[in-house]
Amino acid sequence: MTQHFVRENLLAARPPLKTQKGMLAWMQHNLFSTPLNGLLTLVSLVLLYLLLAPLIRFSLVDAVWNGENRSVCLGVDGGACWAFVKAKFSLYIYGRFPADQHWRVDIVYIMGLLGLVPMLIPSTPYKKYNAIFLLVVFPVLAFVLLYGDRFGLSQVDTSLWGGLLVTLIVAATGIVASLPLGILLALGRQSKRPMLKAASVGFIEFWRGIPLITVLFMSSIMLPLLLPGGAHIDLLLRALIGVALFSSAYMAEVIRGGLQAIPKGQYEGAQALGLGYPQMMMLVILPQALKHVIPGIVNSFIALFKDTTLVLVIGLFDMLGMIQLSFTDANWIAPNISHTGYLFAAMVFWIFCYAMSRYSRFLEDYLHTGHKG
Amino acid sequence: MAVLLSASLVLFAGVARAATLDDVKKQGYLKCGVSQGLPGFSSVDDSGTWSGLDVDVCRAVAAAVFGDAKKVKYRPLSAKERFAALQTGEIDLLSRNTTWTMSRDTSLGVNFTGTTYYDGQGFLVRKALGVKSARELDGATVCANQGTTTEQNLADYFRSHKMKYDIVVFEKSDEVVRAYESGRCDVYTTDRSGIAAQRLKLAKPEEHLVLPEIASKEPLGPLVREGDDQWFNIVKWSVFAMINAEDLKVTQANAAKMKSSQNPKIRRLLGEEGSFGRMLGLEESWAYGIISQVGNYGEVFERNLGSKTPLKLARGANKLWSNGGLMYAPPIR
Repeated sequence: MTQHFVRENLLAARPPLKTQKGMLAWMQHNLFSTPLNGLLTLVSLVLLYLLLAPLIRFSLVDAVWNGENRSVCLGVDGGACWAFVKAKFSLYIYGRFPADQHWRVDIVYIMGLLGLVPMLIPSTPYKKYNAIFLLVVFPVLAFVLLYGDRFGLSQVDTSLWGGLLVTLIVAATGIVASLPLGILLALGRQSKRPMLKAASVGFIEFWRGIPLITVLFMSSIMLPLLLPGGAHIDLLLRALIGVALFSSAYMAEVIRGGLQAIPKGQYEGAQALGLGYPQMMMLVILPQALKHVIPGIVNSFIALFKDTTLVLVIGLFDMLGMIQLSFTDANWIAPNISHTGYLFAAMVFWIFCYAMSRYSRFLEDYLHTGHKG
Repeated sequence: MAVLLSASLVLFAGVARAATLDDVKKQGYLKCGVSQGLPGFSSVDDSGTWSGLDVDVCRAVAAAVFGDAKKVKYRPLSAKERFAALQTGEIDLLSRNTTWTMSRDTSLGVNFTGTTYYDGQGFLVRKALGVKSARELDGATVCANQGTTTEQNLADYFRSHKMKYDIVVFEKSDEVVRAYESGRCDVYTTDRSGIAAQRLKLAKPEEHLVLPEIASKEPLGPLVREGDDQWFNIVKWSVFAMINAEDLKVTQANAAKMKSSQNPKIRRLLGEEGSFGRMLGLEESWAYGIISQVGNYGEVFERNLGSKTPLKLARGANKLWSNGGLMYAPPIR
C-alpha cells in the first residue's frame, strides 16, 4: 500500500478574496480606502445627485416633447420645452435658408463629412487626393451649391445663411486658413531676414493685440467707410477674413512654441545631410514641431469654434444667434424656452468640441514616437 | 469716444450719398436695419421669415418702391451699431424700435420720419404687493436693463415724485425677468411693449399687474440718413399711407375693390387720381402696393401686437386720432 503524499489532481482555483477583486474590492480600493476618502466619495455623490437630478428632471422627466405653439409649454413648471427646439430646429441648422433649398445644405454637410472622415483616419489610402478634395474642390463646390446663381441653382444670399451652417463655415474657414498662415508667420518670425521678420512680428502682434469682437466690429462698421464709394463686400466674407487673420496670429504663436522646442542639433543634422531650407523645414523640423504642439493647436481650434458665436455682433446669425433670435418669437415665448434653447446650444457645442478634443488625443498617441516617458 | 466716432461718421457719410432711391432701385432690394429680435416688432417665425411691426415698415417701403414687399434684405443690428450702419450706408432705412429723441435727431446725421408706435416706460408689479399706482412705490426695489434710457427715465420719475428706490440692473432681459420673478425686486420696468412680451416669460403672468402710470414718452419710428429729402419723403409717406388707409377703411382685403371707389380721398390714395406717386419719384400704385401687400396701420398693429397675438397689446395711444389716439397722417392731396 502506497501512500500518496502528493496530490494527484490540481485543486480548482478558488475565487479571490472579496477584498481583492470585484466591484466591492474596486470600490474599497478606489473610493473608500481611508475614512477621509470615504467621506469625500459620499460628499461627491451627494453633490453629483444635487446637480444631476434637477438636470435630468428638467431635460427628460418634466419636459414637453410635442406641440404647435407656446400653449403646450406653459403648464409645465420647470421642464424643458423640446417642442420649441423641434419647431425651430431647421432654423438652428439651416438658418433662414429657403426651405425648398435645404437639400443643397444637406449635400454640403454630407460632402464635408465624406471628405473629412477618411482624412482623419490614418489608415485610409489616397491622402493626397483626399486633401485636394477637402481643401480645394469641396470649398468651391460648397460655395456654388450654397450661393447658387449658376448651373440652374437659384441664388441664396448670404444674409439668409445661418444657424449651424454659419457656425461651421466660420469655424472651418478659420481652422483651415489659420494652420498654413500660422506656419508661415511662425517661420517668418524666426527668419533672419529683417523685413520678413518685422512684417511677421507686426502682423502677429497687431492681430493678437485686439479682441476678436473688435475685429468683427471694425470689419462691419469701419470697412465700408474706408472702401471707395459703393464698393460692397459681403458681410459673411468680411467676417471670414477677419476670423482667418485673427486665428492665424494665434496659431503662429502656438507653432512658434513648437519650433522652439526643437533642439539646434536637428537643424544642424538636417543641414549636414545637405537639405535646403524648405526640405529641412518640411521633412525634419515641422513634423516634429507640429507634433509637439497638437494639444495647443487643437486648443486654438476649440477656442475658435466657440468664438464663432461672436459673429452675432455684426448681425450674422450663427447657431447660438439663431437660438437667441428664436426666443423672441411671440408664438413661443414661455418661461422655459430660453433654458431649453441654451441647453440645446450647450449640447451641440459640447459634442463638436469634445470630438475635436478626443481626436487630438488619438492623434497624439498615434504620432507618439517615444519622446514621452 | 462714441460721440467722436459718430461725428466722424457723419463727416464721412456726408460725402456724395444723395439719391438713395436710385441706389435702392439699382441694387434691386431695400437694405433695412431691424433689431436682433424683439417680440412683435422684429422676429423670425418657425420658417425663418421676418415679421413684426418694424419689419412691416420695411416691407411697406419696399412695396412702395418696387411694388413688391418681399424685396427687402434684413440687416439685424445691435443697439450699438444701428446708427453707424445707417450713416455708413450699410442700410437704407433703420426700422428698429428706436426712440425719437432730440439729441438723436439733431446730432447723429439721421432723421426720424415719423412715429409708428407710441410707447412709454411702464411698471410691472406683483398683485400681491397691493400697489395700485406708481406713486405708491416709495422705497421699492426696481429691476431694469443695464445701460438703457430706462435707467435714466426711472431716476427722473422717482426724483420728480420725491420717492426713493433701489435699482438692480442686468445685461439681458431674461435675467431681469428672472430676478423680478424670484423676488429680488418689487418692480420690473421697461417699455410697455417690452413688458407685454417679457411678461409671457413669467410662470404665472396673471399674478402680475401693469401699473397705469407711464414714466416716459417713447415714440418709436423709422430713420433715414440726413440729406436726402426724396428718400425721407418716401419713407415718411409710406407710413402715412398706411395710417390714411386705416382712416379711409381701405384694407388689404378690399384694396383692389376700393380702386373703383367714388371717394376722391380713396382714389387719390390708391393712385386712381392725381400724380402723387410721381411727386415721390415712384409709380402711381405706390400706396396700393403697400396696402394690398402689407395692409393698413390697424391691420399691421393687430397682426403683430394686437389682441389675437400672445402679446395682447391694446391700441391705446396708437389708436387713430378719430378714435382718441395719436395716429394722424396728413392728407394726400
